Amino acid sequence: MTSAADAPQTTTDIRTDYLAQMRHKRMLNLILLLVFAALMVSGFYTADARNAGGFWNGWRQMLDFPADVVGEAIERAHLLPGYLLKYLPSLLETINIAGAATLIGALIALFASMLATRGLAPAGWLIGPVRRLLDVLRAVPEIVVALVLIFLLGGGPVPAMIAIALHTVGALGKLFSEVNENASLKPVEGLASTGGSWMQQMMLGVVPQVAPNYLSYALLRFEINIRASAILGFVGAGGIGYDLRNTMSWGQGKFDEAAAIFLLLFGTIIIVDQISSHFRNRLTHGKAYKDKGAVL
Amino acid sequence: MTDAAIYATADRSLARKRLTTFAAPAVIMAYLTYVFFAFDVAGLSERVSVDNMQTLVSDTYSYKVHVARDNRSGDTEVSIEGERKGEYPEGTSLDWVDLGDTTRVDLADGSYVLMGETVTYDIPGYGTVTATPGSSGVNATFPAGDIPEWINASKNRVAITTDAGRLTVTRNRTEVFRYFYGWELFFFTLDSPFHGKSFAELATGGQYGAIWNDFWSNKMWRHSDVAWALAETILMAFLGTFGGAMIALPLGFIAAKNFTPLGSLRFAARRMFDFLRGVDGLIWTIVLSRAFGPGPLTGSLAIMLTDIGTFGKIFSEALENVDDKQIEGIASTGAKPMQRYRFGVIPQITPVLLSQVLYYLESNTRSATIIGAITGGGIGLLLTQAIITQKDWEEVTYYIILIIAMVMAMDSFSGWLRRRLIQGNGEGGH
Repeated sequence: MTSAADAPQTTTDIRTDYLAQMRHKRMLNLILLLVFAALMVSGFYTADARNAGGFWNGWRQMLDFPADVVGEAIERAHLLPGYLLKYLPSLLETINIAGAATLIGALIALFASMLATRGLAPAGWLIGPVRRLLDVLRAVPEIVVALVLIFLLGGGPVPAMIAIALHTVGALGKLFSEVNENASLKPVEGLASTGGSWMQQMMLGVVPQVAPNYLSYALLRFEINIRASAILGFVGAGGIGYDLRNTMSWGQGKFDEAAAIFLLLFGTIIIVDQISSHFRNRLTHGKAYKDKGAVL
Repeated sequence: MTDAAIYATADRSLARKRLTTFAAPAVIMAYLTYVFFAFDVAGLSERVSVDNMQTLVSDTYSYKVHVARDNRSGDTEVSIEGERKGEYPEGTSLDWVDLGDTTRVDLADGSYVLMGETVTYDIPGYGTVTATPGSSGVNATFPAGDIPEWINASKNRVAITTDAGRLTVTRNRTEVFRYFYGWELFFFTLDSPFHGKSFAELATGGQYGAIWNDFWSNKMWRHSDVAWALAETILMAFLGTFGGAMIALPLGFIAAKNFTPLGSLRFAARRMFDFLRGVDGLIWTIVLSRAFGPGPLTGSLAIMLTDIGTFGKIFSEALENVDDKQIEGIASTGAKPMQRYRFGVIPQITPVLLSQVLYYLESNTRSATIIGAITGGGIGLLLTQAIITQKDWEEVTYYIILIIAMVMAMDSFSGWLRRRLIQGNGEGGH
């Protein structure tokens, strides 16, 4: 807002005014940019100083390890198919952890999201607490829950599955409840008028409207969860991550097995990404669902 | 189409719908059953460690003070959690420990343990247990009858666990634990003059510098280390996210159809994004930690590499959706190519890019915690270290609370920044 209401301004006035404003704005942007650049540079030097090996030395060695791995893999390429087969069960376990966690998490998220959506929740006072709970579940990194559960339940896939499922509830619950907000309440009212229970109103009135978007989000989560499941294996929760850590700790001479695991993991992630993005595209841009206002 | 044909189609489509409605839950159930057996969930009950669960829960809200007597020298020490750092200096008097040749330790339920050449513990509702540790063993005597299961006795060791505390006697050492609520020494350790003072006393006493210093250098809770660890984790997320975004922006132009007419260049850029994203953050972390060693720099670079892939894809898609009219408008004023980008393209994509980058800042804070646990840096490392000791569960709880608070704070910070910046861009010209 400039000095408006006074005498009518001349073009020159307006122009000087505008240019002054522009200068001011440019100045602010420049300062912001400088602060940002300073933060980046000082942040980099702090990180470099607190790291065990420095950036400038490490930079030259960055390709040493991949070169070792690739070298050994090529040297003993004839063993590779055997290794791929050997680690297939572990890979399956990793995928199963992700799959079961996504499934269980999505089912719980479905109910949690209904409880967290205005207009659908059976009781208004529930909305706040359920949303806060979802926030907390989302904020906890999977590894935290997994490590504590490994202490309580011993190693194996179950702690990882529970940890990932809990995080999934938080992440999907929020997305689902955003989808629910856009759902039409008319079918719910119709079902309520016929005396349908809350469960029936949700399953028959809301779920058919939102199912495509739910599925699309759940597929995206599955992709993310496969990566998480591999990482949790690395801290002792079974699956391919666990094998990867073991082969890595054997050190040089065993990197051909590590290479096989890298290949399996890389391939799985790429394939699941492709399949899931194909189905997500169909779900959200498919003919039947085009006018539903898909989010993804 | 005849009516009959329409009915038939409707019936068929209804039948298919019905099949999917019933088949989907059946498939889900079948899969979960398979997982139930594949993961051996049934065998879990044997693997669950109830002891660990109890330790974990009781440790999070209480702490124990050890009173230990060396049976060879006769010296008695009182320390919090049995740690050297938590040892009460000689001469401190606690109202429940009466040090002497025979030390009397009062427990919460009114019973007491006498620790001397002979240890006597009068357990309410059971009777008196005595033990005389010596070279022949602990020589314990118990009231008549079967020994209950909360007493674990052998020739060389007796352990008695009651609600009030725990007594362990071996040949060399007699030890009593007494439990108290809270996190002891959270603010000041015992060697600090400020230990045990109330908030009002501290606030009115001046000496704020010394108070802060004692708090900051607390050896039990290591507040300065924890603060550094949190800062390192946030630093990893910050450097990784923004560094990735800065590198991905020019690459995004190369991968966008409307800015790079050269198909092969576009293809190369896109495959590079796929590769960076496909090689998971885990693998990048391992590869990079071989070259740079553990620490925040490795974490930053791992996040950066993964994010270049993600951002490159998002940016190039955003660039392909740019409205040409604005660029044409700028071009019609005689703007040079650089100016066309600056005033025709950048203002259109900034809101999209910023909101994506800030969204990832929050999610990368979580990734940085995880990467820290793998490669050794930040709060993730502290957490894993505390869990590995398997006894400092109050610290684990403390770190978990800090991590949740940190992620939530980053979430609201990035949300706030997103609203401010994107709103600010919408208001006026550049």
